[in-house]
Amino acid sequence: MKLTSKEVAHVASLARLEMAEDEMEKFAGQLNAILEFADKLNRLETKDILPTAHVLPLNNVFREDRVTPGLESKAALLNAPEAEEGMFRVPRVIE
Amino acid sequence: MLEQCTVAEALERLEKKEISALELTEAALRRVEAVDESVKAFVTVTKNEALAAAALVDAKRLSGEAMPLLAGIPMALKDNLCTKGVLTTCSSKILDNFKPPYDATAVELLRDAGAVLLGKTNLDEFAMGSSTENSAFFTTRNPWDLERVPGGSSGGSAAAVAADEVCFALGSDTGGSIRQPAAFCGVVGMKPTYGRVSRYGLIAFASSLDQIGPFTKDVRDCAIVMNAIARYDARDTTSVPMETPDYTAQLSGGVKGLRIGVPQEYFAAGIDQDVRNAVQQALAVLVALGAEAEEISLPHTDYGIAVYYLIAPAEASSNLARYDGVQYGYRAEADNLLEMYQKTRSRGFGSEVKRRIMLGTYALSSGYYDAYYLKASQVRTLIKQEFAEAFKKFDLILTPTAPSTAFPVGTVEDPLTMYLNDICTIPVNLAGLPALSMPCGFVNNLPVGLQLIGKPFAEATILRAAYAYEQHSGLIKQKPALSGKGVPQDEQI
Repeated sequence: MKLTSKEVAHVASLARLEMAEDEMEKFAGQLNAILEFADKLNRLETKDILPTAHVLPLNNVFREDRVTPGLESKAALLNAPEAEEGMFRVPRVIE
Repeated sequence: MLEQCTVAEALERLEKKEISALELTEAALRRVEAVDESVKAFVTVTKNEALAAAALVDAKRLSGEAMPLLAGIPMALKDNLCTKGVLTTCSSKILDNFKPPYDATAVELLRDAGAVLLGKTNLDEFAMGSSTENSAFFTTRNPWDLERVPGGSSGGSAAAVAADEVCFALGSDTGGSIRQPAAFCGVVGMKPTYGRVSRYGLIAFASSLDQIGPFTKDVRDCAIVMNAIARYDARDTTSVPMETPDYTAQLSGGVKGLRIGVPQEYFAAGIDQDVRNAVQQALAVLVALGAEAEEISLPHTDYGIAVYYLIAPAEASSNLARYDGVQYGYRAEADNLLEMYQKTRSRGFGSEVKRRIMLGTYALSSGYYDAYYLKASQVRTLIKQEFAEAFKKFDLILTPTAPSTAFPVGTVEDPLTMYLNDICTIPVNLAGLPALSMPCGFVNNLPVGLQLIGKPFAEATILRAAYAYEQHSGLIKQKPALSGKGVPQDEQI
């Protein structure tokens, strides 16, 4: 076992997910099976191989520093679960 | 039967004024009403908007305006493509009320080309799956056999085209999500080169792998739709600034002298014998037409799934962090912010999405990054290099699209077993290459998919070979019994 239920709980909290005990155990089993499958990668020597983050030979794509029309605040707030005075409203953060 | 028209046929009849755009859209809507209760391809049908858009096309034609490329052609869009003011759910509870304030670039291009949006199609939640069974709403059915899956994740788009509900559709392909459902549903599906079609407005799953592409009834239509959507877009920094060739211009160039590599790893034990046979027969046809085939080896193929299921979840865990109940979508009520995040995400996401977020979060987490994410990214380099090496000698690589034909609904329960479905399609995304799936035969009345993989930005070569094969095989004309092909519709009533 690579991942214990306790580690699964830690990863869940990092991902902002909460899970019931039985769900946690089911996930631990499934995640372990996938990670064990991925172990086959260790058969390959990759010491001097550069990682590929994406396939294109594009780096640092710049645009001119010019103001262009963007999404208006009213449109941006259309889907907000709660909005007030042109802002997204969320539960209290500061006591 | 109007709804069976290809894009090219419909355009010709519209041009000659034999039919109107409104008639075409009405025929498509009637077809949706007749079959979608059993196929379940659509999450949303935009009937009134479609009728209005079609009427507008007719009015423009009447006034003598120049008609754009796809004027009056009914289409469907996978429900992870943003459509302004039209529900875009990703087949997830967390976005079930989301109406984007803008169109994706590909959608905008199609609207500008005059295509008529009929509706949004079902997918595995956030495009994570290979059967459409992970949709939070319902499972789409395969038009060839309603007890079977249409493939996924773009199962709704594939099924809608196969069932003649629309002339064409768009999907997205991260690890095979266009090609595998195209194979299962017996239609043509293309994943363009990474960077060829703008991803702006495509709801992100794994950004280094995602690409938008068409589902069509034949190869010519695929070229036509590619002509409309392949465009440089400054709003996507991975969009490649280059001219779009006319993909229809070179279709009939034939395959004489075309060099085709046939990787033995894609015909190994995990691939059904019937599927192998059908693909080998398609290869024999291409050789008879003048192509030169040679067996090759791509030894890193076997590592593709392991690489993909570390990299894609890693990117997904980061991309899906934005669903926190603040800006859009579902929000669970809670007393404080952290609890609101947790409850929103736990209730809003389905289990496959949670599983991948967990896997990705773990693969990126402190202490495990090198062992998983970095290692996978290095092996990705090896896979990419292996293809580049092969393409020094070959113009195309030919493989099956999927290891089997469509499987029955509810039969693959283990996530890892489901992942193995993507064995033939995943390496293509990892290397960013273009590839197409098209029907190459039937096993027990279920379509088999042939995959043609090309060099970066060599979509035209793929389409030319696919067209040559299609002209010869005539397979594309076969329709699922659902469509009642051969039985005039009036007589059925």
